[in-house]
Amino acid sequence: MDYLTIVFVTASALRLAVPLIFAAMGGLYAEKSGVIDIGLEGKMLFGAFAAGACATAFGSSAAGLAGAIAAGILLALAQAFASIHLRGNQLVIGIAINIIASGLTAFLGIAWYQRGGQTPQLDTHERFLPIILPGADAISNVPIIGPLYAQIISGQTVFVYGAFLLAIITWLVIYRTRFGLRLQACGDKPEAVETAGVSVFVTRYIAFTINGALCGIGGAYFALVQGGAFYKDMTAGQGYMALAAVIFGNWRPGRVLAACLLFAFADAAQGRMQGAMIGDFAIPTQLIQALPYVLTLLLLAGIVGRAEGPLEAGRPYIKGER
Amino acid sequence: MRNHASGTIAAIVATLINIAAAFLIGALLIVAVGENPLKAFGVVWTGAFGSLKGFSFTLYYATNFIFTGLAVAVAAHAREYNIGGEGQANVSGLGVFLVGAMLPFLPWPVAIVLGIVAGMTFGAAWAFVPAYMSARRGSNLVVTTIMFNFLASLLMIYLIVNFLRPTTSMIPASGALADNLSLPRMDRFLLTLGINIHENPLNITFLVALLVCVAVTFLIWHTRWGYELRAVGENRDAAAYAGVHVPRVVIQAICLSGALAGMVGLNEVFGVQHRLILDFALGYGFTGVAVALIGNNHPLGIIPAAILFGALYQGGASMAFMFPKISREVVVVLQGLVILFAGGFVAVLRPYLTEQFDHFFTRKVA
Repeated sequence: MDYLTIVFVTASALRLAVPLIFAAMGGLYAEKSGVIDIGLEGKMLFGAFAAGACATAFGSSAAGLAGAIAAGILLALAQAFASIHLRGNQLVIGIAINIIASGLTAFLGIAWYQRGGQTPQLDTHERFLPIILPGADAISNVPIIGPLYAQIISGQTVFVYGAFLLAIITWLVIYRTRFGLRLQACGDKPEAVETAGVSVFVTRYIAFTINGALCGIGGAYFALVQGGAFYKDMTAGQGYMALAAVIFGNWRPGRVLAACLLFAFADAAQGRMQGAMIGDFAIPTQLIQALPYVLTLLLLAGIVGRAEGPLEAGRPYIKGER
Repeated sequence: MRNHASGTIAAIVATLINIAAAFLIGALLIVAVGENPLKAFGVVWTGAFGSLKGFSFTLYYATNFIFTGLAVAVAAHAREYNIGGEGQANVSGLGVFLVGAMLPFLPWPVAIVLGIVAGMTFGAAWAFVPAYMSARRGSNLVVTTIMFNFLASLLMIYLIVNFLRPTTSMIPASGALADNLSLPRMDRFLLTLGINIHENPLNITFLVALLVCVAVTFLIWHTRWGYELRAVGENRDAAAYAGVHVPRVVIQAICLSGALAGMVGLNEVFGVQHRLILDFALGYGFTGVAVALIGNNHPLGIIPAAILFGALYQGGASMAFMFPKISREVVVVLQGLVILFAGGFVAVLRPYLTEQFDHFFTRKVA
């Protein structure tokens, strides 16, 4: 790979990382609060559909984004109610959320727009376009720095910058605020939180509200940036990939961000690696696509590092019980 | 006095409430897009049960759902959730296909036996790593089996596109298997009796599925291993103190679960497609979760639950054909709702109902 190829792959990796980062950070809030979230995929898909539908209906990209956030929060609160108040099995509920979102978006899409589950193609003012930073054209011919600035730093949508900002904010919230400490305590020792006079339920509901909003934004990215419309099942497993990133990042914001970037880079490189050879052996693209899952499984198996998730994740909290 | 029956009755009533609630929301969705839900569900009913042809399709789908439902149920008895039925079924298809491709001269009665062995072995093998990780490393089985579903799909793309696909074909599927391997089909059998139900995928695997239900019932409730399995599911610490080797039982249960999901490969490869098609088990693993939850993890519940979803799959197609605004995806929504209610409300509803029925019975006795 020459320098220019690396620049292009990196630029496309950043674009592919956006939904992963939003969903993974969303998942992080839920899991830190002690609720396992398998439902990232479903909330993103629901967000993507709402984004496509609202952007078309109101003719604006902002309405699309707002709709996606609302849809994500709605579904997250339904999931939270079943997981927290009704003390259901969090894994089963997450799976249900994914299946419902997959069926509901396709059903409503087909019924409302009658084009096989696709929403109408969005005009440019209904989408988010890349931002060209000042001077990008001027210096694009300068060697080394030119392409770096023009392709990677400039020419990205607001979502790309937002995703990195989100990772920083998430780190600050979790490790440097009172809410973050309570959140972590909810995941590790909920009785202690309750003893300190803070409601575990409320903390978990707040975590899920944030989670739903972030998943919604991640979903909106699919419809408002990548696809220019909503397509049936358009998140295509990226929510599960985000879940893998949360685990591979060992439930720490910085590492989760790194995991998202790594997975996105593998995805971006995979297209370019078609027919790449090691000696006489052609590397199958499927091998590169499998990389995120294999790495995550190796971590879970304890072969690379050790998974250190929240201690109480998955267990419903019952007031007054210890 | 605690009445044993009230637990069972509560489970059945809770399940019926669950199904009713899911259908109610499904009906509201149909109203929301401007159609009449009673008419729509009527079409589902006639599509699924109204003709011999439709009913055969219903039972064909049910065959797959019985297998994936049993798969989820067996693991659930050890309090483990195997979401990997889809991946295990996909890989099992490879095993069944290899038997057919390497031994093309087999008559079907031999082929079905070897197909069962191969499908179950490949399914169990694909479940082994998640099983081991769950029992020994405490990894979450749901998460690992989801990853293994993706890996199975990628593996099958690689193998089919690079090795099994005929060079002239662009479709991601293998070449056809020899005709003598095809399992006896209901439509051909009925044709010899003079009844024509047109092309129909229902085959002898359905009877195999019923036999497997009997075998699983025997295994779980009438053998020593089944007792250990249920002991592990009820309380792992107590089971360990009683001398049960807990990790071994958990691994065996999840591998058996994979083997049962692997039976889908037999139905699809030898029974219906006669070739290996990419992602032929798409979504079947999740349907298995719904079937096992509705069927209360018991074969006697799983059979009707599998037929219910078979009917929704088959009748849903008729409904989508008759009402352009309604698509088959409404079935997916129902499936998700059923899982949500069974997973979400069971912790609240069932103990409540059990208590109510307990009161009811004790009052009568007194």
